[in-house]
Amino acid sequence: MQPPSEHVHWLFATGFLLLGLCLLGEAIVGTEVWRRRAWRAYLWPGLAFALGVLMWPVMTFYTNSAIHMLAHGAWAQMLMIAGAAELGLVRGKLQSQWWRLAVTAGFLVSGSALLVHEQNTWFFQRSSFLHHLMGWTIVVAAIFPLARAIKPRSQVAATGFALTFVVAAVMLYCDRDVAPVFGHISELAGTPHR
Amino acid sequence: MNAELVSELKAPLQRAAARARIVSTLGPAILLAGVGWALVQPYRITLLHPRGQGFWWLFVEPPLLVIAVGLFFHFVVLPGLLDDLEEEHATAK
Repeated sequence: MQPPSEHVHWLFATGFLLLGLCLLGEAIVGTEVWRRRAWRAYLWPGLAFALGVLMWPVMTFYTNSAIHMLAHGAWAQMLMIAGAAELGLVRGKLQSQWWRLAVTAGFLVSGSALLVHEQNTWFFQRSSFLHHLMGWTIVVAAIFPLARAIKPRSQVAATGFALTFVVAAVMLYCDRDVAPVFGHISELAGTPHR
Repeated sequence: MNAELVSELKAPLQRAAARARIVSTLGPAILLAGVGWALVQPYRITLLHPRGQGFWWLFVEPPLLVIAVGLFFHFVVLPGLLDDLEEEHATAK
């Protein structure tokens, strides 16, 4: 009973939205206050790691093409590495703030994976458009985790980082398997089902 | 008392209150976004027309998920966060 891929996107969107909201909360109240409770401190790295783990079933079951599998596999590994590095930092096992660059790498790999595994052009149909848009958004937004690594107390970096997840969630919620985008849909895309 | 000292004492108080107010609006804002989405695109809530729908169409309802995230943040995450913000401010005084 495999879910349609749009449902998977919406479930990931929900995780991203919660993550973005929590990161936004942390940016507003400050890291010291946010980390006063252990579960809150582990929430972001734990969710990042969990999203990486959940990317494996996506890789395994959505085998539309070899590039899909490779992109999802690379994405799963990078999200897990980024989550693990952040977990190590929160736990105190890792000391250097440069470990935060793992999240920058995570963003770059995630954005590239989105771009690489979308074989169609921007206006082929809605999911194609959104994959291109999300890919470039996440590649460009890699500037925020980079800024967090260089200036951990930067309010702009923390807010931009959080909003990236909220924006990604909105885009994921907009995703449909077959639907037009701004009135465009290729004849090859199939019939919109709703 | 020196007026400058009073203003210096008031500034962190105001900042903490502002932060508490801003963070308190996040959950309701997301909740409203979900409700607005449900009103604009009611067909995305398949529970309103469940006949003939499969499991995933009934289980994954995007506007309801958005509302759920807003409620979760407001009722689960926020109360402790506000307590800690107040506590932090009290210890800083």
